[in-house]
Amino acid sequence: MKSGSNLEKVIASGNPAVTAELGPPMSADAHEVIKKANQLKGFCDAANITDCQTAVVRISSIAAAYIALKEGLEPVMQMTCRDRNRIAMQADFLGAAALGLKNCLCIAGDHQSFSAAGRLKGHPGAKNVYDVDTCQLVGIMKKMRDEGLQQGGDKLEVAPKFFIGASWTPMGDPIDFRPYNLKKKVDAGADFIQTQGIYDMELFKVQMEKARNLGLHERTAMLAGIIVPKSAMMLKYMDSSVAGVTVPKELINRMLKAKDAAGDDKKKAKELQEQEGMKITVELVKQALDIPGVKGVHIQAIEWESAIEHIVKAAGLYPRPVFSE
Amino acid sequence: MIVGEQKKIEEIWEMIQGFKKILVFGCNTCIAVCHAGGGKEAEILASLLRMKAKQEGLDLEIKDLAVQRHCEPEYFEPVMEDVRKYDLVLSLACGVGVNFLSERIGNIPVYPGINTEFFGGVPQPGFFVELCAGCGDCVLHLTGGICPVVRCSKSLMNGPCGGTNKGKCEISPDVDCAWFLIVERMKQLGTLEKLFQVQPPRNWAGGTHGGPRRVVVEHVRTLEEQESK
Ligand code: SF4
Ligand code: SF4
Repeated sequence: MKSGSNLEKVIASGNPAVTAELGPPMSADAHEVIKKANQLKGFCDAANITDCQTAVVRISSIAAAYIALKEGLEPVMQMTCRDRNRIAMQADFLGAAALGLKNCLCIAGDHQSFSAAGRLKGHPGAKNVYDVDTCQLVGIMKKMRDEGLQQGGDKLEVAPKFFIGASWTPMGDPIDFRPYNLKKKVDAGADFIQTQGIYDMELFKVQMEKARNLGLHERTAMLAGIIVPKSAMMLKYMDSSVAGVTVPKELINRMLKAKDAAGDDKKKAKELQEQEGMKITVELVKQALDIPGVKGVHIQAIEWESAIEHIVKAAGLYPRPVFSE
Repeated sequence: MIVGEQKKIEEIWEMIQGFKKILVFGCNTCIAVCHAGGGKEAEILASLLRMKAKQEGLDLEIKDLAVQRHCEPEYFEPVMEDVRKYDLVLSLACGVGVNFLSERIGNIPVYPGINTEFFGGVPQPGFFVELCAGCGDCVLHLTGGICPVVRCSKSLMNGPCGGTNKGKCEISPDVDCAWFLIVERMKQLGTLEKLFQVQPPRNWAGGTHGGPRRVVVEHVRTLEEQESK
């Protein structure tokens, strides 16, 4: 075991892994984290704790991850390259490991100008860091863990033992380069990969085949990302505006049908779309797990953590495996 | 070349409050090419400021002048006696010029009339694009001549990130994704496999992060020293 995390154990056991996502609140409200952690606990093997996602200030990933851990939910802390230089990153890895965190997802992070796609003020005037990029960050973590060395070369008496993750946008531009983009992350040391949300399974299959041809599925655990759709509007937005995401017409139509079935009743329309969204998610989860080389799913129910229980049960992925310490 | 834009007249007006004799001092090299701070722009700005002073009933003496370069003493030394007659120099040179003149002028403040922005090229008249950040450790041989430090919004060395959308950067549909361009360019050159190599963390100390930088060209220094002996 590289880290001994629950996620690592599930993957090593050959069971399909399930990760979820917990978005920390934009205030110092620990209860929000506790509430979400309890909604997820037992229904996933670990939950990503986002790091100021959409470039908006929230409870830091490490702090929220620690709260989740105390609630009995295994966290995957996230670390963006946007906000920290290599000194701060490594200091945070040491601190996080000392607090008992065992998984970390390394990502570039949304650019500071993003400000929740303009819905919030955010901090577009912030200075970003980008001292290192994702591949380099993965390499730094690996060097700390496996060689007991800081990036600069100083020795670590006690090395932080993380199960190291990275993200992958399989259908992003330029699409023929994406498998190599994944390879670089794996070469750098990514133990697991969580993909961008996938709706177009056919295209994902093609990209996975290319990844398999490079032998990457044997060197890293591929977790297919599924973002739970809430409404037809959300699917349309994802299709038109989110990089690397295409949504088949058929799925949008299913959601529109669910919406229309409610007539003028707005509350009902929301309910029916949410139900359809969970149904779609369950189907996508099953399809993804059938693809050779896929070792699990990363289900993101954004600001809708309560949906995970139903989805995981309906997908036949409950109960989650339990391992002794 | 160095590219900059003139500050808004309101900001400049605010800045010059309290001064009586003001010289708007242009520079006829880069900053003139980008239509921001050459002799012509200095003349226009000076007359705008004079008009504003008149409107406000202020008795100010505002003149303009320009030299070929503000970053080498030999260009401005011949006019320094004149320049020192003012109680404020509003420089339309780039930031280099403002710093350089400040250190040499003595008891007179030099204020910036320009926001100095970047090193750029001029693909079309009146259009300037940033192409290099002066990072001190050029990697263009690895990236098909396209700078990842300044043309990628996240300065990624192992791009692209997940934000590339139809060849554009996640920050705006008007901004090309540098890594999209890099991949295409490397394909064109038949050197795509160079991008398969993970680039290690950079040494930024040679860039703007390692303290003020200096370059010493030994053979020129030696010659200078011999001549001055
Ligand atoms: S790599 Fe550095 S030196 Fe080369 S173009 Fe980019 S910023 Fe300039
Ligand atoms: S979209 Fe392209 S240019 Fe923009 S940050 Fe990502 S890799 Fe860099």
